[in-house]
Amino acid sequence: MARESGIISWKELNPGTAITEPGNAAELKTGDWRSMHPETDRGKCIKCGQCYIFCPDMVYAKDEEGYYVQNYYWCKGCGICARECPVAAIKMIEEVD
Amino acid sequence: MSERVGIEVSLAVAEAVGLCDVDVVAAYPITPQTHIVEHLSELVAEGRLDAEFIPVESEHSAMSACVGSSAAGARTFTSTSSQGYALMSEVCFIASTLRLPIVMAVANRALSAPISIWNDHADLMFARDSGWIQLVATSGQQAVDLSVMAFRIAEDKRVSLPVQVNLDGFIMSHVIEPLFLPDAEEIKRFLPPFQPLLRLDPARPITIGPVGMPDVYTEARKAHDEVLKASKAVILEVFDEFAKQFGRRYELIETYRVEDADTIIVAMGSISQTASTAVDAMREKGLRVGMASICLFRPFPAAELAGVIGRAKNLVLLDRATVFAGGEISGPVALEVKSALFDRGLSPKVANFLVGLGGRDVTQQNFEEMVERVVTAKNGDLPPYEFINVRE
Ligand code: SF4
Ligand code: SF4
Repeated sequence: MARESGIISWKELNPGTAITEPGNAAELKTGDWRSMHPETDRGKCIKCGQCYIFCPDMVYAKDEEGYYVQNYYWCKGCGICARECPVAAIKMIEEVD
Repeated sequence: MSERVGIEVSLAVAEAVGLCDVDVVAAYPITPQTHIVEHLSELVAEGRLDAEFIPVESEHSAMSACVGSSAAGARTFTSTSSQGYALMSEVCFIASTLRLPIVMAVANRALSAPISIWNDHADLMFARDSGWIQLVATSGQQAVDLSVMAFRIAEDKRVSLPVQVNLDGFIMSHVIEPLFLPDAEEIKRFLPPFQPLLRLDPARPITIGPVGMPDVYTEARKAHDEVLKASKAVILEVFDEFAKQFGRRYELIETYRVEDADTIIVAMGSISQTASTAVDAMREKGLRVGMASICLFRPFPAAELAGVIGRAKNLVLLDRATVFAGGEISGPVALEVKSALFDRGLSPKVANFLVGLGGRDVTQQNFEEMVERVVTAKNGDLPPYEFINVRE
């Protein structure tokens, strides 16, 4: 129901805008709010997973090598991951365009 | 067959709600509505009604409990008046856009200040933009019958909206009238079991009442507006079904001697009865006067009203609530009526009166004065509204 960026006709809304598919917040693109995005320096990263734990939008997922990779569809650019990384491996980079 | 009994209208409304096999009643007592919920609590306590009676600590909690129970799929009823409505209003606006078919009796009472427990339509007007269906009773019998029909209208899948049944406080709520109370079997045939559009159910979780970002809020309001518009056809259908089964027919606009009337009094609620008596008296004096009574305030039946009053030369529009708009526009009912006429290119001579505020009696004499005022005034001489019966 909550398609990407919620573009939906009033006729298709559930009664009372109820959400009938649990967990559909995953479809909501929070990534288009940000003005900065995090980038990880793998040379510094110690694979501790703090970024994964602290990110409020579940942006990070572990890859086969044990690094935590961002999915920018949800990253709203809050900078919490960069702030919490114990070895300052994450830098916030300004969005250009 | 139902029988005619002498009963206080409040108790009769409570009996009717009980016969509708309501599942949850959450309410807080407030004059002049109290007898309704008091009697429902008695019915539950005596085991005559198998329902959950939630004695909440305020009207805000009452409507909140109603929202929860209706969302869980329970047939839900509450009742309030005046300040009680004011306190619960926040949640009323939520109940309607969430499409929860709660039924609420409002024993109409003035809003403070000054503190007044007496009747006028300030609460009805306060609820005007809340997105509820607003039915207005002109008699005790109608209050009872509308209470039954309200559940069927509210719960109809094409509607699924909350419904207010307005009855004038004291003047109607506390009067003992000879009334037909429908019996349980008849109501069972008339009112199918409540089948909600959506329901809170742990086995199939859903979210009711999420945030609406700017990209969905307009669509949500539009959807609500459309369903309120569409409810008029369902209301007419339910009135018709009720007439077939119970033999009592109601109209969106009830009329009295309007066919050849030059002057029509437009009223709402129990005052219509005094207006009809005044119409008879004026007719005897040779004045061609009639009366139209608005029985549905939301959605507003503009087409039906214009059809009834459109040919009259003079209109007396009654408002039973004060309007604080600066004096250059009319009272709330008159605004609706004028808008309905303007949109159809009709412009009769109109006088708008604020009457019966905070329990002030409106007499037959007052009606005669109001009719005389509109008949004798020159077009353009009449102010947007006038207080009647006010001491200078
Ligand atoms: S900037 Fe915020 S939202 Fe984006 S990955 Fe870091 S913590 Fe998550
Ligand atoms: S918090 Fe820093 S060090 Fe830890 S996994 Fe994330 S990027 Fe690597």
